[in-house]
Amino acid sequence: MSVAIHIEHVVKRYDQTTIIPDLSADIQNGEFFTLLGPSGCGKTTLLRMIAGFNSIEGGQIKFDALVINDIPTHKRNIGMVFQNYAIFPHLTVRENVEYGLKLRRLDKAAMRQKVDDILRVVKIEEYQDRLPERLSGGQQQRVALARAIVIHPSVLLMDEPLSNLDAKLRVEMRGAIREVQNQVGITTVYVTHDQEEALAISDRIAVMQAGVIHQIGKPHAIYTRPYNGFVSTFIGHSNLFRGRIKIAGSEKYVVFQDGYQVEMDNLGPVADGQEVVVAVRPEEFSVQETGLSCRIHSRVFLGKYVNYTLTFAPDMLVPNQPAIEFSQDLGHAEKIFELGDSVTLRPNKAKINVFTADQSANLIKDVKQYA
Amino acid sequence: MRKRLLNWDFWTLVTVLAAAVFGLFLIYPLFSLFASSFQDPATGSFTMKNFIRFVERKYYYQSLINSMWVTTCVTLLSIIIGTALAYFMTAFKVKAKGSVEILVIISMLSPPFIGAYSWVLLGGRSGVLTRFLSDLFQTEWPSIYGFSGILLVLTLKLYPFIYLYVAGALKKIDASLIEAAESLGCSGLKKVATVIMPLIMPTVFAGGLMVFMNALADFGTPMLIGEGFNVMPVMIYSEFINEVGGQANFAAAMAAMMVMITSAIFLLQKYAVNKKSFTMSSLRPLQAKQLTGWKNIVMHAGIYLLVLVSVIPQLTVTYTSFLKTSGQIFVPGFSLNSYITVFDNLALAITNTYAYSFIAILAIVLLGMLVAYITTRRRNWLTNIIDTLTMFPYIIPGSVLGITLLLAFNDEPLILSGTATIIIVSLVIRRLPYTLRSSSAILYQISPSVEEASISLGASPLKTFFKITAVMMIPGVLSGAILSWITCINELSSSVILYTGGTRTMAVAIYTEVIRASYGTAAALSTILTLTTVLALLLFFKVSGSKDISL
Repeated sequence: MSVAIHIEHVVKRYDQTTIIPDLSADIQNGEFFTLLGPSGCGKTTLLRMIAGFNSIEGGQIKFDALVINDIPTHKRNIGMVFQNYAIFPHLTVRENVEYGLKLRRLDKAAMRQKVDDILRVVKIEEYQDRLPERLSGGQQQRVALARAIVIHPSVLLMDEPLSNLDAKLRVEMRGAIREVQNQVGITTVYVTHDQEEALAISDRIAVMQAGVIHQIGKPHAIYTRPYNGFVSTFIGHSNLFRGRIKIAGSEKYVVFQDGYQVEMDNLGPVADGQEVVVAVRPEEFSVQETGLSCRIHSRVFLGKYVNYTLTFAPDMLVPNQPAIEFSQDLGHAEKIFELGDSVTLRPNKAKINVFTADQSANLIKDVKQYA
Repeated sequence: MRKRLLNWDFWTLVTVLAAAVFGLFLIYPLFSLFASSFQDPATGSFTMKNFIRFVERKYYYQSLINSMWVTTCVTLLSIIIGTALAYFMTAFKVKAKGSVEILVIISMLSPPFIGAYSWVLLGGRSGVLTRFLSDLFQTEWPSIYGFSGILLVLTLKLYPFIYLYVAGALKKIDASLIEAAESLGCSGLKKVATVIMPLIMPTVFAGGLMVFMNALADFGTPMLIGEGFNVMPVMIYSEFINEVGGQANFAAAMAAMMVMITSAIFLLQKYAVNKKSFTMSSLRPLQAKQLTGWKNIVMHAGIYLLVLVSVIPQLTVTYTSFLKTSGQIFVPGFSLNSYITVFDNLALAITNTYAYSFIAILAIVLLGMLVAYITTRRRNWLTNIIDTLTMFPYIIPGSVLGITLLLAFNDEPLILSGTATIIIVSLVIRRLPYTLRSSSAILYQISPSVEEASISLGASPLKTFFKITAVMMIPGVLSGAILSWITCINELSSSVILYTGGTRTMAVAIYTEVIRASYGTAAALSTILTLTTVLALLLFFKVSGSKDISL
């Protein structure tokens, strides 16, 4: 039932404005695939193209081998969960879930069985005869999910389904969604701007910006080996330093502006003297005798760790960064610093990433843009 | 692929159909009107003669001056009375507030000429009140006919519009705004002047426009009570009905002028309001305060007196309908004579009224929902044009619409004059915009993703409209439709031009009976009409579950 989705050189244009210039991606059968990006990046537009609510101006989208460009939405056999749930307010919970099945002319007994099953899966059996306005946000979300899944769609499309819920419920519901998706094993395309949600829920993530996919990969790969500067700063926080490659014999180094150098054994092809950008995550620093010197600028206590912002000599850094951060793990910290303290921090050479000077590609060996 | 084309075709069909309906029954007739107004009655060639004749003769242009003068006075007076009533009813505790509101609404929804006619019964030359006062003071009581009569009747009929508009706006003022003003050191009258008045001003203007258009277009009232005080609608009617040849072109010229005047006023108001429009919604509406002492007594007395004067026409008419008659003369005692006469001679008018209005309201609801859908959800150049066209009936006075339809459909290829169809068409055209507006407003409340959800589950767009969208719209549309139906059964100004013996409605019958001085039957018919109105209103309250009326 479930299908793979092939997005091939797709173009979206409104009048003269191009939203998506040329986008390709392959989504595997049964996969939980997330489109992640800042608002306005075109992720919802792409989702609605897969759904059929937006037209496709170029390229094609295929469900397995079937080109769906000209198939109207109601013939695509999709399930969709909307940001505002879009529950039919005049129908009870049960009637909402039955709606798609009735259109498929299922016989009464089979329908009752299916609806009962799905209501149990999403845990809303006890509300089945209520009208939706008397349900909480989380319950409405479960109805929307049940209604979309019960028809056994070829793909399940979810457009920021959790953004209207409070933080605690969001975490609970994302577990529920993942669990239900695992049970029914359905190809799912999930749109969100919340990176934590994306990392927690997805098999693979596509990071989008301005209609372009910057990277596709597993959550762990995207976080640890971002393909470019945008991904490294959009997913989690990265401190970007200006640096230079030094090759001495068979050894390769990155040299920071203050002369501190780190030997790297995982670099791909680079040239001696090449300008680079070094990305260091806040947790990839450790307090050592030697390393990069800086001062503590501010401090936020967050329980498990302390977050500091740092002041470096300006020419050390790539300009226009919101903040340079260091997370100190309280489980291992020897001392908590005060504002104004001088600190020497050493970046973890196994973890840091090295980008080309224009931040468009990662120079670490074997980092793939589309995996 | 096939199916998609078909669905696209359905909404295209609706679009084309809507364009055709408005084109055929609104634009083409208006065009005919303007064409006719520039036509020489004798030769049929282009001429400005009709307009020149109007401007040259005081008898004619005086009617325009009269119209504007009385309409302006009615509007100002209605604004003062309506706003004051709304303010007192909202800001202070008023006993029997609900009943006051219902009586005000009833006086608004009953046909205006019933007001005129019963004020003639009361204050006319041989009116009850006139005779009583003359006997009492032994003097000649000032005449109710003419300017003062029109002013009295139309103001009493139209101030409820302002009341409903302003009361609605006052309900939307959040108490925190008033508290903010007070915290900044503003209180009493100053608070009203600097906070409340500016907040309700756009609403007052909108209501004022409504009153102005209604008063300017009203035909029945000046016809019955105006006597020597000639106004435009009456002039147009009498020139048009005048059998002496060639008057139709002159009437068309006057009608065309009226349309231009109303359009200008409409655009002016829209411009003025758009410049300073804002929306309000209140979580915590103003709390009504309890007045004490003489202030409380004066306020209650004022409100009750106003309401009493407003419903006097209904009471008079009902009372009159049970008076014993001999022929057309009232004789002492009570009887059901008038009703018996009505059912013997005028039963057709009653059945016509109900039949036409039901057919019209069905067409209005169906067309209204479909057209609202295309103009809100399927925006393109054609639906935008349709959206604009639907504003036209707001500014075309009923009698003018009647004339345009007659001019357009009096001849080959489409002869509709004298048929029931033309009356139903006029009802639909006049009332459709109201249902359309409310349907659009409801549609804007419905998130498009609800429809998308249905489509994503496998329902075609067409099926989605009827299974989801329409079902969600119906409650709101229906309650609006009941109000529209009430105005349909009370419609006089266009029907009186379009009717023939077999197609007359109750409103027309009342008018002709009054003209024939057959007051008993007129009263009986009016009572039936008022009763129907009240019942429909009760149904509306039941269906809508609230006492809020918006027209």
